[in-house]
Amino acid sequence: MREKFTQTLLQDILINRQNLSLAYILGTQDIKQRYKRSSLGAMWLTINMSVMIGAMGLVFGRIFNTPLHDFFPYLAAGIILWGFISTVLSEGCMTFIDSEAMIKQLPLPYFTFILRLLWRNLLILSHNIVILPFILWAVGRNFHIEALLVVPGLIILLINLMWMALILATLCARYRDMPQIIQSIIQVTFYLTPVMWMRQTLTGDAGKLMIESNPLYHLIDIVRAPLLGELPSSLSYTVTTLMAAIGWMVAIQFYRQYKHKIAYWV
Amino acid sequence: MAHIEFKAVSVAFPIFNAGSRSLKNKVLSISTGGKLGLDAKGVAEIRALDDINFFFKNGERVGLIGHNGSGKSTLLRALSGVYTPQRGSILIEGKTTSLIDISLGINPEFTGRENILIRGSLLGLTRDQIRERTDEIIDFTELGEFIDMPLRTYSSGMQLRLAFAISTTIEPEILLMDEWLSVGDENFKGKAEERMQHLADKSNILVIASHSAEQILKVCSRVLWLEHGNIKMDGDPKAVCGAYFG
Repeated sequence: MREKFTQTLLQDILINRQNLSLAYILGTQDIKQRYKRSSLGAMWLTINMSVMIGAMGLVFGRIFNTPLHDFFPYLAAGIILWGFISTVLSEGCMTFIDSEAMIKQLPLPYFTFILRLLWRNLLILSHNIVILPFILWAVGRNFHIEALLVVPGLIILLINLMWMALILATLCARYRDMPQIIQSIIQVTFYLTPVMWMRQTLTGDAGKLMIESNPLYHLIDIVRAPLLGELPSSLSYTVTTLMAAIGWMVAIQFYRQYKHKIAYWV
Repeated sequence: MAHIEFKAVSVAFPIFNAGSRSLKNKVLSISTGGKLGLDAKGVAEIRALDDINFFFKNGERVGLIGHNGSGKSTLLRALSGVYTPQRGSILIEGKTTSLIDISLGINPEFTGRENILIRGSLLGLTRDQIRERTDEIIDFTELGEFIDMPLRTYSSGMQLRLAFAISTTIEPEILLMDEWLSVGDENFKGKAEERMQHLADKSNILVIASHSAEQILKVCSRVLWLEHGNIKMDGDPKAVCGAYFG
């Protein structure tokens, strides 16, 4: 058998620069296309997000009776990161299904489509994250040296999202009810994860357990905490790193087993 | 030097949709399409290619003929490396380029120039290679100023010309086509034909599915006649076309 048909996932990822550049071109094109004929273009991403954060901040700050000085930046960072993670996961479900035409005509490594998805959403994230400095400034706060920890945090987050999206994309290509199920799970998780509400509002051991057993809390926190000038807990780093390692081991095995079937499923 | 070898290759599509239950009750062979059957787990499947054996050597120009659903397209896709066969083995030496759908990746919202980059990348060209060829492509399409306009402002003929010009700028080792490409009005047709012929000549192996006896006889040195996913006849174009079209 020729190498082409026995490629493992790692070969798929490391295959060559050309597929990286293809993922880059297609991902950028996705964003450009969305705003092609609008005069403000991708700025709309920033504007929409600002409006939403502004409204939510005022309403929920009141409801939870939290000082805006703490709540506003926390909410902004949380919502932006949640948006990134949840979109990657829900669009991840559709990645192979939507790439049907290409999958059935070009023998591209399927991981190219995952990279396209991530790149597209990183572009959106970069448009949204510019809101944060303004909000910090508005409530009289600043970035701290801890903000540098955003870099490792984001890397760990991306490594985790890659294996999750890969497994979801494959599963959803086979079972077409999966995208709906994942969608529901993501929606429920939004309320269970401290994004709109602060950790401190949930007191007691049960509350602590609920938060700390939620992997998404840790994934968000390793990026959010540094942005707000805090150190993520070592528990969060441990959990997310372990998730990345175990997740990838599972994904590699899973992908090896099913990659040949994807073209038949989409 | 390119070559392709298929050994006992079978490709079958599972049918997961509702209705597979009733299909199970009447596994039958029908006049068009592949064979219906059950796989080992009892999932209904369509066997699009069944125990296919052949060897294409360097320089061969292979024509695929057969009725709709006889397995021509599936065979082209298996040749491009998209489908891994359930049984048998495929050995492909050489880089394959598939021109089954020359408009794949073409986006109407983007300008002609941007589409050259997108389509070119999908064909496996690097940015530098695309940059080198851009002027030649624009020149060939005769689009002029239109090249910097969004594709949706083009007539369908113009869009096709662009897709054709980009897709034929490649240097394939193994070229796969579903029908011979021909685009444009009378003036353009001659030019396109010449370019297409040049592309076919450049490639080490050409595999083309076609319903046109004339085209097959003109281009091919060998013809495979497919029926229900089997090779019914394999040999000299005149003999096979005579049997199939006659």
